[in-house]
Amino acid sequence: MKLTGAQIIWEALLREGVDVVFGMPGGAILPAYDALAQYPQIHHVLVRHEQGAAHMADGYARVADKVGVCIATSGPAATNLVTGLATAMMDSVPVVAITGQVPTSLLGNDAFQETDVTGVTQPVTKHNYLVTDVNDLAQVMREAFYIAREGRPGPVLVDICKDVQIASTDFVYPDEVSLPGYNPWHGLDMDAVEEAAALINKARRPLIIAGHGVMMGRAVNELRELVEKAEIPVTNTLLGLGSIPETHPLALGMCGMHGEAHTNLAIQECDVLIAVGMRFDDRVTGKLDEFAPKAKIIHLELDPAEVGKNVKPDVALIGDCKESLQALLSKVEPARHLEWIQQINEWRSEGEERDILRAELDELIPPYVMRQLWHSTKGECIVATDVGQHQMWEAQYFIHERPRQLLTSGGLGTMGYALPAAIGAQMAAPDSLVWAVVGDGGFQMTIQEMATVMQENLPIKIAIINNGFLGMVRQWQQLFYEKRYTGTPMLNPDFVKLADAYGMAARTVKRKDEVADALAEANAYDGPFLIDFQVEEEVNVYPMVAPGAAVGDLIRRPQIVQGPSGVKPAW
Amino acid sequence: MSADASPTSHKHTLVAWLEDKPGVLNRVVGLFRRRNFNIESLTVGHSETPGISRLTFVVDGDDHMVEQAVKQLYKLVNVTRVENITNKRAIKRELALIRVKVDAQTRAEVMQIVDIYRAQIVDVSMDSVVIQAVGAEERVDSLIELLDNYPILEMVRTGAVAMTRGHAGRNGNGSAKRKVSL
Repeated sequence: MKLTGAQIIWEALLREGVDVVFGMPGGAILPAYDALAQYPQIHHVLVRHEQGAAHMADGYARVADKVGVCIATSGPAATNLVTGLATAMMDSVPVVAITGQVPTSLLGNDAFQETDVTGVTQPVTKHNYLVTDVNDLAQVMREAFYIAREGRPGPVLVDICKDVQIASTDFVYPDEVSLPGYNPWHGLDMDAVEEAAALINKARRPLIIAGHGVMMGRAVNELRELVEKAEIPVTNTLLGLGSIPETHPLALGMCGMHGEAHTNLAIQECDVLIAVGMRFDDRVTGKLDEFAPKAKIIHLELDPAEVGKNVKPDVALIGDCKESLQALLSKVEPARHLEWIQQINEWRSEGEERDILRAELDELIPPYVMRQLWHSTKGECIVATDVGQHQMWEAQYFIHERPRQLLTSGGLGTMGYALPAAIGAQMAAPDSLVWAVVGDGGFQMTIQEMATVMQENLPIKIAIINNGFLGMVRQWQQLFYEKRYTGTPMLNPDFVKLADAYGMAARTVKRKDEVADALAEANAYDGPFLIDFQVEEEVNVYPMVAPGAAVGDLIRRPQIVQGPSGVKPAW
Repeated sequence: MSADASPTSHKHTLVAWLEDKPGVLNRVVGLFRRRNFNIESLTVGHSETPGISRLTFVVDGDDHMVEQAVKQLYKLVNVTRVENITNKRAIKRELALIRVKVDAQTRAEVMQIVDIYRAQIVDVSMDSVVIQAVGAEERVDSLIELLDNYPILEMVRTGAVAMTRGHAGRNGNGSAKRKVSL
């Protein structure tokens, strides 16, 4: 069958099970867009900025558990993808990006809209390709999906010269890939399994840190079995939230820089630490030399390069964490750790006493909004968060129960992620309720995708936690730069009017007693809905481990001292 | 538990086999740069297998850094194999071309030094000679130190290439084709 390069792109996507792509056309990708008309099975979501396309593919991939696809033209369009690719790279999300490139005859010529896209994206992709011969295209597409998906997932970019899209060749989609340099699967070391099981069986104060890898490795059930069989409390990294229901009695919630005190104290006091599918990011470990000082560390991880990169484990189980957990389960004895759990629960209740939600406050504070969001949806929704204070409050006060429920840029910390990621999530799960939780800062970085929401008629709900500041930066300025608020106060547009201009229903919430009603209205509304929560300006996220401090050495949540009536409390 | 304390750094010799694809050297060098690995020298050329290039590089760092370099290199799709031969019995050689200033009086001295080091004079002019030296890095270092007294006008060194002694090496194209069903 003779096909053009443009047709081969779409034929390949069909064979990879793709039914939606996010993108924007332009000169060098026009032949591909022209051929798209012949493929009604593939829905194209027109974005307003290519960064949005990359985040949408990322959000789609995280929810659908499939490879997300974005498509853009050459030059500025391709460079606009970079932030989204870097985000996917840091969080190991399978994305394939397709970009048009100037014709091969003009390569290296500084042609109009030419950028060295494979050069630019090399550090932020798992792999990339420049296709200069139509006869290579099918093989490259096959490999791109294979590499994006297999092993530790990640983004792969395929840059396709315009003349390659126009040229024709016999189309055969290869059955197999031949990648002698890529073998991401490792056989399990049974001696290490024995060693790890022995450590766990001897442990008196064991602790699990479960990360994103648990969900990507589809090992949620195995994790829960291990937790229950050996009665091991489990804390999560930010991206690991949802790998165990937070309502589980042994689930402790998120650890690290803004983890509750009991999670970080448990890390510092445990005698065996089992890290599953996580990479000891500095936001989790704090000061490395003082991290988990009393613990033997067991690291279950697929990517060998992550083992020993930051924390040197005593035992490493390199491989698929589902297999590793299954192997461990057969060797781990049932156990009870009453005293240890009692100790953690004591720490936990100390923390709960300081919970800001226990203070009788009239002011509208973000933790209250987050908890109400959980109540109003009964936890039955997908939440995409942006980056900053609201992201941490969501992690603390929304109660995550299942995998692929929380989408957030954990590694790169990309502001502007939430709205496009929510669009991708809604495309992947059309019947689910999807909330984008954003700050007033990050929202304005990809705010133009409201038009995409409207054009696609997606019933996405948007909650703006609007405090008139780049809030997390302001918090750092308050705590570490003597309250010099340089560059953090924001003069914002009227978000409700803006929503109106886009044709989106919206309302403002300024008082605590309006929150439940507004959330109920949004949840019930048949279509997209935006709520501008105008919250107290200078509320901080606590607890906090100062950058560079040991995780046990944390700034506790202050006791709220109510001033005389009319005077605001000190947060 | 904590991260590795940094012991004294020293030189490590590593060999990597690369698929001969466009941009592959850029990927390797880019990796070294962004991971902050300190490269002393790097040479690349054909191996015995068509389509596979062989890279020898010397890095200066502690064991933890070198372990990371090896693991990160393995993650590059076009790298088929990496071997750290620092502690193995190996032949390590580099080639140097050295142009030394000479006159009627010093020419004989220089030729004598060249003889002692089993180097060769490959070009002669009225006021200079070009010396070709092949040998272990330390040996070339020591020759250069002596020749610099005349002094050296121009020099180029290739950096080390290396091969383990004894058993026949497995080539870098060893891992099996992976079959994937659609």
